[in-house]
Parts: sequence; structure tokens; C-alpha cells
Amino acid sequence: MDFSFSLLTNPDTLHMLMWGVSVTLRLFAGALVCGLTIALLLSGLYLVPSKLLRWIIALYVEYHRNVPTVVQIMVWYFGMPEVLPKAIRLWINQGNTEFSFALIALSLNVSAYYYEDIRSGIKAIAATQIEAARSIGLGAMQSLRYVILPQAMRISIPPIINRSLIVFKDTSLAMVIGVTELTYQVKKIENTTFQTFQIFMISTLIYLVISLLIATLGAQVSRKFPANFKS
Amino acid sequence: MIDFLSTYGLMFLVGSWPHGPLGGFAGTLLLAGLGLMGAFPIALLIGVARTSSIRALKIGATVWVYTFRSIPLIMIIFWAYFLLPTLIGTEVPAFSTALCAIIIYESAFLAEIIRAGLEALPAGQVEASRALGLGYFKTLLSIQLPQALSNMIPSLLNQFVSTIKATSIAYIIGVQEASFSAQQINSIELTGTLRTYMILALFYFFLCALLSKLAKVLETHLDNKRIGLA
Repeated sequence: MDFSFSLLTNPDTLHMLMWGVSVTLRLFAGALVCGLTIALLLSGLYLVPSKLLRWIIALYVEYHRNVPTVVQIMVWYFGMPEVLPKAIRLWINQGNTEFSFALIALSLNVSAYYYEDIRSGIKAIAATQIEAARSIGLGAMQSLRYVILPQAMRISIPPIINRSLIVFKDTSLAMVIGVTELTYQVKKIENTTFQTFQIFMISTLIYLVISLLIATLGAQVSRKFPANFKS
Repeated sequence: MIDFLSTYGLMFLVGSWPHGPLGGFAGTLLLAGLGLMGAFPIALLIGVARTSSIRALKIGATVWVYTFRSIPLIMIIFWAYFLLPTLIGTEVPAFSTALCAIIIYESAFLAEIIRAGLEALPAGQVEASRALGLGYFKTLLSIQLPQALSNMIPSLLNQFVSTIKATSIAYIIGVQEASFSAQQINSIELTGTLRTYMILALFYFFLCALLSKLAKVLETHLDNKRIGLA
């Protein structure tokens, strides 16, 4: 076996690798932001007293928790174009189709988990907090914004960061639909340079370092904002 | 829909078996079941090593757990695909390659469950056992593990669900399982893609939802038992 890391000095392969890292990070960041937004919206919707709405949310969460992420990506990429309205389809196809569908699938997937984490944070807050917020004249959305969420977030932050770590690893699944993220680029570089061991080693280290960074951040945040804080 | 299911139902269920390897939903269950069973002994060693007082063992086990929990399963499958034939010297079938990768990957997660189970036991159990004159291994095997393992059953079941979901990526190296069948059917049919993938998603959905529910019921039962209700 040849152990030279010449692929790192070759500008072409180095560029491919860097591109892969950047797509992975963009996919990760996009899924985090969109996922968290959807999860917050869902938590707000849960306060609407409608049985049907709650049932739909429960179904949404169960679907995303019980179906493998890679199947969700395939459903979006291969299946959804059949039923999406033409206008939306054209709009998605204007940009990077694979990336957009992977981003949609990952965001929806993680939103279900984030939603559960936020819900369990909200559930842990005493009902008197909500009653107090409402009795001093805050509306439903206001009490959510100023009273419930700031407290709930502290309980929810550790599981949310744990889940984010899984999303980071799940971005590698986007390769099945041809998103040019890190894993996809690794396969491509392997096919051109045949330095299998080297490129696997480099990419594994990249995944390892970023994952450990996220895990460390999680530990830091839960130390800085402990759930049982007293003000 | 009926037409579709009567044509491809068998392919979804068992893949190309009996003319080829067992695939489809049965293949998924086989891969996940063997994966978890294979991971268990390794996870037991790692999990116990994580709670051990020997520094080297503890560090080694921690590195194992953190490494394999931080890398995507696809990367581990690629490693197995590349390393196994070099190490063994012969070609390794795709199923075994994926199985090895899943065993290594799941062992890290299972080890954490086992460690948590061991640490959740009241310290008095170990102290009492050591006071009775039982050695480290005797305490571990006849006092700690039996209690910890029965408390862990819901978590193990949840890990089985995760394993089932994780196996879906194995189709990338050509392992015959449910997602592989869906891809095959899709390439024969060319149209009605959403239908094919919805059936695939529904299979995972019902199976995993059922197992998760079962884990929840068992957990409540165990909680009740602990506080003396059942």
C-alpha cells in the first residue's frame, strides 16, 4: 500500500475535499436553523386547543421518528416531485435540486426530534408559570415567548445539541441522492486517486473533529445554563 | 395498489429469495437482529470497561465509544468494505461487510446503555456483595449485570429500533434489504415512485412505532415494579 498523502498536495483533490466539507457544513447549518424554526412553530401550534391539530402533529412526529432518515430523503427526492405543484417543483429545480431536497428532508426530520425535546422542556415547567403569565396579562404567544420558552430551553438544550450531533452525521446520508457533500466527495476522490486509506482517514478525522467539537459545545452550554438555575 | 402489491409484495417481503439471498423486509430484520446480537458481547466488555477503575481500560473504552459515535455509519461501512478483504485476504460478501460495520457502530451505543445501566444501580448493591466476600467478577456477573440488564430491556429495544433504521443505509454497498428492494422495484417500474417509497416508509413506520410502543409499556411496567406497584 502506498502511504503518501499526495492527494492533499494536489490542488484538484484538495479543492474537491474542501467543497465536500463546505456542502456538509451548509447542509448541517441549514437543517439546524430550519429544523429549530419548524419545531418552535409546532410547539406554538400545540397550544391551539384543537384535537385534530394535535393528532396531525403527533403523526408528523411519529413519521419522522420511526422512518429511517435515508428513506425520508429518498421519499422527498424520488417521490415528492410527483405530487408537488409544478410551480414549487420549478422553483426547487432552479437551484441545486439534490441539495434542496436533502435540506428539506433533514430539516423536517430533525424538527420532529427538536419538537419532542422542546415539548419535554415545556412539560417540565409547572402549570402555575403559565397561569401566572396569563394572569398578568400576557397573551398565549407572549407567555410562550417570555415565560415558557426561556425556561424550557434550558431543559431542552442538552438533548437538542445531542440531536444536532446526529444531524451532522446524517448529512452523510444525502450522498444517496447525489448531494456533493463530504462522503460523496470522498468516494469521488477515492475513484480518481486510488488512495483509499488516506482519503478515508482524512474524512474520518474531519467527521470526528467536528462531532467532538459539537459534543464539547454541548457540555459547555449545559454547564453554563444549568436546568435548575436560580435567578 | 392491489395490483402493485401482488406483483411486488413478495419482493418487498423477502427480496429475491429463494433464488437469491434473503432480502426485503426479512433481510432488514435479519441484518438488524444479527447486528444487535453481535454488538452485545462487545458492548458488554466496553460498557464494563467504562465503569472499571483500571485507567488504561477506561480510556480505551471511552475512545472506542466516542470514536464510533462520532463517525457516520456510511464511513464505517466504507472502512469495512475497504479493510475486511485486506485483513482476511478473501472477498467478503456485502451482507457480512455491512453486518461487521453495524456491529462495530452499534457496540458503541449499546456500551453506553450498559454503562448507564450499571451506574444506575444503587451503590449499596456492590458494597453489600463485596462485604459478603464476593470478588469483582463474581459481583459483576451475579449481582450487577442481572439487575442492570433487566432494567435495560426498554433501552435495548429502543436500540433495536435504531439498528433497524440504521440498516437502511446498507443498500449502498448492495446489501439486499428493504431499501434495496424498493430501489429495485423502482428501477423496474420507473413510474409511481412515491407509492414504492411510501410502502417502504410505512413498513419501517409500523415496525418501529410498534417496537417503540412496546419499549414504553415495558418501561412503565419496570418503573411501577421499582416503586412496588406491580
